[in-house]
Amino acid sequence: MNKNSNTYQILYAAVMVLLVGSVLALIYMALKPKQNENIANDTRKQILSALHIGAPDDSKVKETYEKYIIQDLLVDSEGNIIDSTKNVAFDVDMKKNVKLAERQLPVMKCRMDDGSVKYVLPMYGAGLWGPIWGYVAMNDDGTTIYGANFSHEGETPGLGARIADQDFQDKFVDKHLFVDGQFKGVVVLKKGQKSTTGAEVVDALTGATITSLGVSAMLEDCLTPYEAFLQKLQGANSAPSAEAPVVETIENETNDNQPE
Amino acid sequence: MLSKKNKEALFNPLSKDNPVLVQILGICSALAVTASLEPAIVMGISVICVLAFSNVIISFLRKTIPTNIRIIVQLVVVAALVIIVQQILIAYNYDVSKQLSVFIGLIITNCILMGRLEAFAMHNSPWPSFLDGIGNGLGYTIVLLIVSFFRELLGSGTLFGFQVIPDWCYRHGYENNGLMILAPMALITVGCIIWFHRAHNKELQED
Repeated sequence: MNKNSNTYQILYAAVMVLLVGSVLALIYMALKPKQNENIANDTRKQILSALHIGAPDDSKVKETYEKYIIQDLLVDSEGNIIDSTKNVAFDVDMKKNVKLAERQLPVMKCRMDDGSVKYVLPMYGAGLWGPIWGYVAMNDDGTTIYGANFSHEGETPGLGARIADQDFQDKFVDKHLFVDGQFKGVVVLKKGQKSTTGAEVVDALTGATITSLGVSAMLEDCLTPYEAFLQKLQGANSAPSAEAPVVETIENETNDNQPE
Repeated sequence: MLSKKNKEALFNPLSKDNPVLVQILGICSALAVTASLEPAIVMGISVICVLAFSNVIISFLRKTIPTNIRIIVQLVVVAALVIIVQQILIAYNYDVSKQLSVFIGLIITNCILMGRLEAFAMHNSPWPSFLDGIGNGLGYTIVLLIVSFFRELLGSGTLFGFQVIPDWCYRHGYENNGLMILAPMALITVGCIIWFHRAHNKELQED
Protein backbone atom coordinates (compact mmCIF):
# COMPACT_ATOMS: atom_id res chain seq x y z
CA MET A 1 0.00 0.00 0.00
CA ASN A 2 1.27 3.45 -0.87
CA LYS A 3 2.01 5.22 2.40
CA ASN A 4 1.94 8.62 0.79
CA SER A 5 -1.40 8.41 -0.95
CA ASN A 6 -4.01 10.89 0.25
CA THR A 7 -6.50 8.17 1.16
CA TYR A 8 -3.98 6.38 3.36
CA GLN A 9 -2.98 9.56 5.13
CA ILE A 10 -6.53 10.69 5.78
CA LEU A 11 -7.56 7.25 6.98
CA TYR A 12 -4.48 6.97 9.17
CA ALA A 13 -5.12 10.34 10.78
CA ALA A 14 -8.83 9.64 11.26
CA VAL A 15 -8.29 6.23 12.83
CA MET A 16 -5.52 7.58 15.06
CA VAL A 17 -7.62 10.48 16.31
CA LEU A 18 -10.63 8.23 16.96
CA LEU A 19 -8.52 5.69 18.78
CA VAL A 20 -6.62 8.15 20.92
CA GLY A 21 -9.78 10.16 21.59
CA SER A 22 -11.77 7.18 22.80
CA VAL A 23 -8.92 5.83 24.93
CA LEU A 24 -8.52 9.21 26.62
CA ALA A 25 -12.27 9.55 27.13
CA LEU A 26 -12.46 6.07 28.64
CA ILE A 27 -9.58 6.73 31.01
CA TYR A 28 -11.10 10.04 32.00
CA MET A 29 -14.51 8.50 32.72
CA ALA A 30 -13.02 5.59 34.61
CA LEU A 31 -10.84 7.75 36.84
CA LYS A 32 -13.31 10.61 37.39
CA PRO A 33 -14.92 9.46 40.68
CA LYS A 34 -11.56 8.74 42.24
CA GLN A 35 -10.20 12.09 41.05
CA ASN A 36 -13.17 14.03 42.43
CA GLU A 37 -12.70 12.37 45.78
CA ASN A 38 -9.01 13.32 45.78
CA ILE A 39 -9.81 16.90 44.87
CA ALA A 40 -12.43 17.19 47.64
CA ASN A 41 -10.00 15.69 50.14
CA ASP A 42 -7.31 18.08 49.01
CA THR A 43 -9.64 21.02 49.57
CA ARG A 44 -10.35 19.70 53.08
CA LYS A 45 -6.61 19.44 53.68
CA GLN A 46 -6.12 23.05 52.59
CA ILE A 47 -8.86 24.23 54.94
CA LEU A 48 -7.37 22.23 57.81
CA SER A 49 -3.94 23.61 57.00
CA ALA A 50 -5.26 27.18 57.29
CA LEU A 51 -6.30 26.15 60.81
CA HIS A 52 -2.78 24.80 61.51
CA ILE A 53 -4.11 21.27 61.70
CA GLY A 54 -1.46 19.07 60.13
CA ALA A 55 -2.51 16.92 57.20
CA PRO A 56 -3.49 13.52 58.55
CA ASP A 57 -3.07 10.55 56.25
CA ASP A 58 -5.40 10.45 53.31
CA SER A 59 -7.93 7.99 54.68
CA LYS A 60 -8.62 10.18 57.72
CA VAL A 61 -8.89 13.60 56.07
CA LYS A 62 -12.67 13.57 55.86
CA GLU A 63 -13.04 12.34 59.41
CA THR A 64 -10.72 15.03 60.79
CA TYR A 65 -12.40 17.70 58.71
CA GLU A 66 -15.83 16.80 60.05
CA LYS A 67 -14.50 16.77 63.58
CA TYR A 68 -13.28 20.37 63.48
CA ILE A 69 -15.66 22.07 61.04
CA ILE A 70 -18.84 22.37 63.07
CA GLN A 71 -20.98 24.45 60.76
CA ASP A 72 -21.12 25.72 57.19
CA LEU A 73 -22.59 29.17 56.66
CA LEU A 74 -23.53 31.44 53.79
CA VAL A 75 -23.64 35.10 54.73
CA ASP A 76 -24.74 38.20 52.83
CA SER A 77 -22.89 41.47 52.45
CA GLU A 78 -24.68 42.82 55.56
CA GLY A 79 -23.21 39.98 57.57
CA ASN A 80 -26.49 38.11 58.07
CA ILE A 81 -26.49 34.33 57.93
CA ILE A 82 -28.72 33.29 55.04
CA ASP A 83 -28.06 29.56 54.92
CA SER A 84 -26.48 27.06 57.26
CA THR A 85 -27.24 23.65 55.76
CA LYS A 86 -24.53 21.01 55.96
CA ASN A 87 -21.64 21.49 53.52
CA VAL A 88 -23.29 24.54 51.97
CA ALA A 89 -20.07 26.56 52.19
CA PHE A 90 -17.84 23.66 51.19
CA ASP A 91 -19.88 23.06 48.04
CA VAL A 92 -19.64 26.64 46.76
CA ASP A 93 -17.74 26.58 43.49
CA MET A 94 -15.38 29.51 43.96
CA LYS A 95 -14.52 29.46 40.27
CA LYS A 96 -18.05 30.52 39.41
CA ASN A 97 -18.38 32.74 42.44
CA VAL A 98 -16.61 35.77 41.01
CA LYS A 99 -19.18 38.46 40.18
CA LEU A 100 -19.44 40.72 43.19
CA ALA A 101 -23.16 41.46 42.82
CA GLU A 102 -24.26 37.82 42.90
CA ARG A 103 -21.43 36.44 45.00
CA GLN A 104 -22.16 33.95 47.73
CA LEU A 105 -20.06 34.41 50.84
CA PRO A 106 -19.22 31.02 52.34
CA VAL A 107 -17.87 30.69 55.87
CA MET A 108 -16.76 27.54 57.65
CA LYS A 109 -17.13 27.71 61.40
CA CYS A 110 -14.62 25.57 63.28
CA ARG A 111 -14.06 24.60 66.85
CA MET A 112 -10.45 23.89 67.80
CA ASP A 113 -9.25 21.42 70.40
CA ASP A 114 -8.96 24.17 73.00
CA GLY A 115 -12.58 25.17 72.41
CA SER A 116 -11.83 28.42 70.59
CA VAL A 117 -13.92 29.18 67.51
CA LYS A 118 -12.39 30.12 64.15
CA TYR A 119 -13.97 31.19 60.89
CA VAL A 120 -12.46 30.08 57.57
CA LEU A 121 -13.08 32.31 54.56
CA PRO A 122 -12.33 30.98 51.06
CA MET A 123 -10.46 33.16 48.55
CA TYR A 124 -10.17 32.95 44.79
CA GLY A 125 -8.11 35.08 42.41
CA ALA A 126 -5.60 35.23 39.59
CA GLY A 127 -1.86 34.62 39.70
CA LEU A 128 0.61 34.97 36.84
CA TRP A 129 -0.26 31.85 34.83
CA GLY A 130 -3.59 30.79 36.19
CA PRO A 131 -5.98 30.82 39.12
CA ILE A 132 -4.79 30.99 42.70
CA TRP A 133 -6.98 30.32 45.70
CA GLY A 134 -6.73 30.01 49.41
CA TYR A 135 -8.35 29.91 52.82
CA VAL A 136 -7.95 32.49 55.54
CA ALA A 137 -8.84 31.44 59.07
CA MET A 138 -9.99 34.29 61.32
CA ASN A 139 -10.01 34.37 65.10
CA ASP A 140 -13.44 35.00 66.58
CA ASP A 141 -12.44 38.57 67.39
CA GLY A 142 -13.15 39.19 63.70
CA THR A 143 -9.91 41.03 62.96
CA THR A 144 -6.89 38.82 63.66
CA ILE A 145 -5.79 36.25 61.07
CA TYR A 146 -5.28 32.87 62.71
CA GLY A 147 -3.79 31.13 59.68
CA ALA A 148 -3.76 31.11 55.90
CA ASN A 149 -3.29 28.59 53.15
CA PHE A 150 -2.73 29.38 49.49
CA SER A 151 -2.73 27.12 46.47
CA HIS A 152 -2.25 27.66 42.77
CA GLU A 153 -2.81 25.86 39.53
CA GLY A 154 0.39 26.56 37.67
CA GLU A 155 2.58 29.28 39.13
CA THR A 156 6.28 29.10 38.29
CA PRO A 157 7.98 26.47 40.48
CA GLY A 158 10.53 28.05 42.79
CA LEU A 159 9.06 31.51 42.22
CA GLY A 160 5.31 32.13 42.34
CA ALA A 161 4.64 28.59 43.48
CA ARG A 162 6.18 29.51 46.81
CA ILE A 163 2.87 31.10 47.85
CA ALA A 164 1.96 27.52 48.77
CA ASP A 165 4.95 27.26 51.12
CA GLN A 166 4.45 27.37 54.87
CA ASP A 167 7.03 30.17 55.24
CA PHE A 168 4.96 32.55 53.16
CA GLN A 169 1.64 31.54 54.68
CA ASP A 170 2.96 31.95 58.22
CA LYS A 171 3.69 35.61 57.52
CA PHE A 172 -0.07 36.26 57.56
CA VAL A 173 -0.57 34.94 61.07
CA ASP A 174 -1.57 37.62 63.62
CA LYS A 175 -2.06 40.34 61.01
CA HIS A 176 -5.07 42.56 61.71
CA LEU A 177 -7.71 43.30 59.09
CA PHE A 178 -9.08 46.22 61.08
CA VAL A 179 -6.79 49.08 62.02
CA ASP A 180 -8.26 51.46 64.61
CA GLY A 181 -11.71 50.06 63.92
CA GLN A 182 -11.45 50.68 60.18
CA PHE A 183 -11.45 47.75 57.72
CA LYS A 184 -8.14 47.83 55.85
CA GLY A 185 -7.52 44.22 54.86
CA VAL A 186 -3.97 43.01 54.52
CA VAL A 187 -1.68 43.72 51.58
CA VAL A 188 1.34 41.97 50.05
CA LEU A 189 4.09 44.43 49.13
CA LYS A 190 7.75 44.35 48.20
CA LYS A 191 9.95 44.16 51.30
CA GLY A 192 10.36 47.56 52.91
CA GLN A 193 7.38 49.24 51.23
CA LYS A 194 4.62 50.75 53.33
CA SER A 195 0.95 50.44 52.50
CA THR A 196 -0.66 53.71 51.41
CA THR A 197 -3.98 52.85 53.06
CA GLY A 198 -2.47 51.96 56.42
CA ALA A 199 -3.22 48.26 56.06
CA GLU A 200 -0.85 45.74 57.62
CA VAL A 201 1.81 44.47 55.20
CA VAL A 202 3.16 41.03 54.32
CA ASP A 203 6.48 40.86 52.42
CA ALA A 204 6.13 39.80 48.79
CA LEU A 205 8.12 36.90 47.34
CA THR A 206 11.37 37.82 45.60
CA GLY A 207 11.18 37.21 41.86
CA ALA A 208 7.44 36.60 41.95
CA THR A 209 6.02 40.10 41.75
CA ILE A 210 2.93 39.28 39.70
CA THR A 211 1.92 36.31 41.84
CA SER A 212 2.45 38.34 45.02
CA LEU A 213 0.33 41.16 43.63
CA GLY A 214 -2.24 38.53 42.69
CA VAL A 215 -2.40 37.31 46.28
CA SER A 216 -2.77 40.87 47.47
CA ALA A 217 -5.57 41.59 44.98
CA MET A 218 -7.29 38.32 45.85
CA LEU A 219 -7.23 39.16 49.56
CA GLU A 220 -8.68 42.58 48.93
CA ASP A 221 -11.32 41.29 46.56
CA CYS A 222 -12.42 38.37 48.72
CA LEU A 223 -12.07 39.79 52.24
CA THR A 224 -13.79 43.13 51.66
CA PRO A 225 -17.31 41.61 51.17
CA TYR A 226 -16.97 40.04 54.62
CA GLU A 227 -16.44 43.42 56.31
CA ALA A 228 -19.96 43.50 57.80
CA PHE A 229 -19.76 39.86 58.89
CA LEU A 230 -16.41 40.42 60.60
CA GLN A 231 -17.71 43.55 62.29
CA LYS A 232 -20.61 41.54 63.67
CA LEU A 233 -18.13 39.01 65.00
CA GLN A 234 -16.30 41.81 66.80
CA GLY A 235 -19.59 43.01 68.20
CA ALA A 236 -20.62 39.51 69.27
CA ASN A 237 -17.24 38.98 70.85
CA SER A 238 -17.29 42.12 72.94
CA ALA A 239 -20.99 41.69 73.74
CA PRO A 240 -20.75 38.68 76.09
CA SER A 241 -18.52 40.63 78.46
CA ALA A 242 -21.05 43.46 78.42
CA GLU A 243 -23.98 41.08 78.62
CA ALA A 244 -22.54 38.82 81.27
CA PRO A 245 -23.14 41.19 84.20
CA VAL A 246 -26.68 41.74 82.94
CA VAL A 247 -27.31 38.01 83.08
CA GLU A 248 -25.82 37.93 86.54
CA THR A 249 -28.04 40.71 87.79
CA ILE A 250 -31.09 38.98 86.39
CA GLU A 251 -30.03 35.83 88.21
CA ASN A 252 -29.46 37.86 91.34
CA GLU A 253 -32.85 39.36 90.96
CA THR A 254 -34.50 36.01 90.56
CA ASN A 255 -32.52 34.76 93.52
CA ASP A 256 -33.63 37.75 95.47
CA ASN A 257 -37.16 37.23 94.34
CA GLN A 258 -37.32 33.61 95.32
CA PRO A 259 -37.36 34.09 99.07
CA GLU A 260 -40.10 36.58 98.68
CA MET B 1 20.32 -7.15 25.05
CA LEU B 2 23.07 -4.57 25.33
CA SER B 3 25.04 -4.73 22.11
CA LYS B 4 27.62 -2.06 21.39
CA LYS B 5 25.08 -0.03 19.46
CA ASN B 6 22.50 -0.25 22.24
CA LYS B 7 25.07 0.78 24.80
CA GLU B 8 25.85 3.81 22.71
CA ALA B 9 22.16 4.66 22.55
CA LEU B 10 21.97 4.49 26.32
CA PHE B 11 25.26 6.05 27.43
CA ASN B 12 26.23 8.55 24.72
CA PRO B 13 23.49 11.02 25.67
CA LEU B 14 24.87 11.22 29.21
CA SER B 15 27.87 13.23 28.10
CA LYS B 16 29.27 13.01 24.56
CA ASP B 17 25.87 13.45 22.91
CA ASN B 18 24.04 15.16 25.78
CA PRO B 19 20.66 16.52 24.61
CA VAL B 20 21.05 19.85 26.39
CA LEU B 21 24.79 20.46 26.18
CA VAL B 22 25.52 19.10 22.72
CA GLN B 23 22.24 18.76 20.84
CA ILE B 24 20.98 22.02 22.48
CA LEU B 25 17.48 20.60 22.92
CA GLY B 26 15.10 21.23 25.80
CA ILE B 27 16.70 24.49 26.86
CA CYS B 28 13.33 26.17 27.43
CA SER B 29 12.22 23.83 30.18
CA ALA B 30 15.74 23.82 31.63
CA LEU B 31 15.19 27.51 32.34
CA ALA B 32 11.75 27.15 33.83
CA VAL B 33 12.18 24.38 36.37
CA THR B 34 15.72 24.83 37.68
CA ALA B 35 15.18 27.53 40.30
CA SER B 36 15.34 24.78 42.92
CA LEU B 37 16.38 21.13 43.05
CA GLU B 38 13.11 19.41 43.85
CA PRO B 39 11.05 20.40 40.79
CA ALA B 40 14.13 19.71 38.65
CA ILE B 41 14.24 16.09 39.85
CA VAL B 42 10.50 15.58 39.38
CA MET B 43 10.70 17.07 35.89
CA GLY B 44 13.70 14.85 35.07
CA ILE B 45 11.91 11.67 36.10
CA SER B 46 8.74 12.52 34.19
CA VAL B 47 10.70 13.33 31.04
CA ILE B 48 12.57 10.02 31.29
CA CYS B 49 9.25 8.11 31.48
CA VAL B 50 7.43 9.95 28.72
CA LEU B 51 10.47 9.96 26.43
CA ALA B 52 11.13 6.23 26.82
CA PHE B 53 7.53 5.21 26.17
CA SER B 54 6.82 7.60 23.32
CA ASN B 55 10.05 6.38 21.69
CA VAL B 56 8.84 2.79 21.97
CA ILE B 57 5.36 3.53 20.60
CA ILE B 58 6.65 5.56 17.66
CA SER B 59 9.22 2.89 16.96
CA PHE B 60 6.47 0.23 16.79
CA LEU B 61 4.43 2.42 14.44
CA ARG B 62 7.37 3.68 12.38
CA LYS B 63 6.72 1.48 9.33
CA THR B 64 3.06 2.54 9.06
CA ILE B 65 3.40 6.28 9.64
CA PRO B 66 2.91 8.36 6.45
CA THR B 67 5.94 10.63 6.00
CA ASN B 68 3.85 13.73 5.36
CA ILE B 69 2.01 13.65 8.65
CA ARG B 70 4.67 12.05 10.85
CA ILE B 71 5.14 15.12 13.07
CA ILE B 72 1.41 15.21 13.77
CA VAL B 73 1.41 11.52 14.64
CA GLN B 74 4.36 12.03 16.99
CA LEU B 75 2.66 14.95 18.68
CA VAL B 76 -0.57 13.02 19.17
CA VAL B 77 1.30 10.09 20.73
CA VAL B 78 3.27 12.32 23.09
CA ALA B 79 0.24 14.38 24.07
CA ALA B 80 -1.92 11.31 24.67
CA LEU B 81 0.78 9.70 26.79
CA VAL B 82 1.25 12.83 28.84
CA ILE B 83 -2.49 13.19 29.47
CA ILE B 84 -2.78 9.55 30.52
CA VAL B 85 0.09 9.94 32.96
CA GLN B 86 -1.50 13.09 34.33
CA GLN B 87 -4.95 11.53 34.79
CA ILE B 88 -3.53 8.46 36.50
CA LEU B 89 -1.49 10.64 38.83
CA ILE B 90 -4.53 12.74 39.76
CA ALA B 91 -6.47 9.59 40.58
CA TYR B 92 -3.82 7.62 42.42
CA ASN B 93 -1.16 10.05 43.57
CA TYR B 94 -2.75 13.44 43.92
CA ASP B 95 0.10 15.06 45.81
CA VAL B 96 2.65 14.25 43.14
CA SER B 97 0.26 15.39 40.41
CA LYS B 98 -0.04 18.73 42.18
CA GLN B 99 3.73 19.13 42.26
CA LEU B 100 3.96 18.21 38.61
CA SER B 101 1.06 20.40 37.50
CA VAL B 102 2.77 22.73 35.09
CA PHE B 103 5.60 20.37 34.12
CA ILE B 104 3.24 17.90 32.56
CA GLY B 105 2.29 20.50 29.97
CA LEU B 106 5.91 21.45 29.54
CA ILE B 107 6.83 17.87 28.67
CA ILE B 108 4.66 17.98 25.54
CA THR B 109 6.55 21.00 24.27
CA ASN B 110 9.97 19.67 25.24
CA CYS B 111 12.08 19.67 22.08
CA ILE B 112 14.02 16.62 23.27
CA LEU B 113 10.93 14.49 22.72
CA MET B 114 10.28 15.57 19.16
CA GLY B 115 13.99 15.59 18.46
CA ARG B 116 14.54 12.00 19.61
CA LEU B 117 11.36 10.68 17.98
CA GLU B 118 12.33 12.22 14.68
CA ALA B 119 16.04 11.42 14.83
CA PHE B 120 16.02 8.00 16.45
CA ALA B 121 12.70 6.24 16.98
CA MET B 122 11.60 6.70 13.36
CA HIS B 123 14.56 4.62 12.18
CA ASN B 124 15.21 2.10 14.95
CA SER B 125 13.50 -0.88 16.52
CA PRO B 126 11.68 -0.57 19.88
CA TRP B 127 14.40 -1.84 22.27
CA PRO B 128 17.19 0.53 21.15
CA SER B 129 14.58 3.30 21.01
CA PHE B 130 13.63 2.59 24.61
CA LEU B 131 17.30 2.77 25.66
CA ASP B 132 17.76 5.94 23.68
CA GLY B 133 14.80 7.47 25.49
CA ILE B 134 16.15 6.52 28.91
CA GLY B 135 19.64 7.76 28.01
CA ASN B 136 18.49 11.11 26.72
CA GLY B 137 16.14 11.55 29.65
CA LEU B 138 19.01 10.89 32.04
CA GLY B 139 21.33 13.24 30.17
CA TYR B 140 18.69 15.94 30.46
CA THR B 141 18.13 15.23 34.16
CA ILE B 142 21.85 15.48 34.95
CA VAL B 143 22.06 18.93 33.42
CA LEU B 144 18.89 20.05 35.25
CA LEU B 145 20.39 18.88 38.53
CA ILE B 146 23.69 20.71 38.03
CA VAL B 147 21.96 23.93 37.02
CA SER B 148 19.38 23.82 39.82
CA PHE B 149 22.07 22.96 42.41
CA PHE B 150 23.90 26.22 41.71
CA ARG B 151 20.75 28.28 41.28
CA GLU B 152 19.18 27.12 44.52
CA LEU B 153 22.42 27.33 46.50
CA LEU B 154 23.38 30.82 45.36
CA GLY B 155 19.86 32.16 44.83
CA SER B 156 18.09 30.96 47.96
CA GLY B 157 20.91 29.62 50.15
CA THR B 158 19.11 26.28 50.39
CA LEU B 159 19.33 22.76 48.90
CA PHE B 160 16.10 20.74 48.61
CA GLY B 161 14.52 23.52 50.67
CA PHE B 162 16.92 23.09 53.62
CA GLN B 163 19.06 26.05 54.55
CA VAL B 164 22.73 25.26 53.96
CA ILE B 165 24.31 28.71 54.21
CA PRO B 166 24.76 29.23 57.96
CA ASP B 167 23.11 32.19 59.67
CA TRP B 168 26.39 33.83 60.65
CA CYS B 169 27.19 34.39 56.95
CA TYR B 170 24.01 36.44 56.65
CA ARG B 171 24.87 38.31 59.83
CA HIS B 172 28.24 39.22 58.34
CA GLY B 173 26.74 40.74 55.26
CA TYR B 174 26.26 37.78 52.91
CA GLU B 175 23.17 38.10 50.72
CA ASN B 176 21.44 35.59 48.50
CA ASN B 177 21.86 36.51 44.86
CA GLY B 178 18.32 37.21 43.68
CA LEU B 179 19.52 37.24 40.08
CA MET B 180 20.21 33.49 40.28
CA ILE B 181 16.48 32.79 40.66
CA LEU B 182 15.64 34.60 37.44
CA ALA B 183 15.64 32.86 34.07
CA PRO B 184 18.66 34.63 32.49
CA MET B 185 21.00 33.08 35.05
CA ALA B 186 19.83 29.61 34.02
CA LEU B 187 21.04 30.37 30.49
CA ILE B 188 24.35 31.68 31.77
CA THR B 189 24.78 28.63 34.02
CA VAL B 190 24.03 26.31 31.11
CA GLY B 191 26.54 28.30 29.07
CA CYS B 192 29.21 27.81 31.72
CA ILE B 193 28.49 24.07 31.87
CA ILE B 194 28.79 23.81 28.08
CA TRP B 195 32.11 25.66 28.31
CA PHE B 196 33.54 23.23 30.90
CA HIS B 197 32.08 20.27 29.05
CA ARG B 198 33.69 21.23 25.74
CA ALA B 199 36.97 22.08 27.39
CA HIS B 200 37.15 18.50 28.67
CA ASN B 201 35.96 16.83 25.45
CA LYS B 202 38.42 17.46 22.65
CA GLU B 203 36.25 15.73 20.03
CA LEU B 204 33.40 18.23 20.61
CA GLN B 205 35.58 21.25 19.90
CA GLU B 206 35.02 22.97 16.61
CA ASP B 207 37.67 25.01 14.85
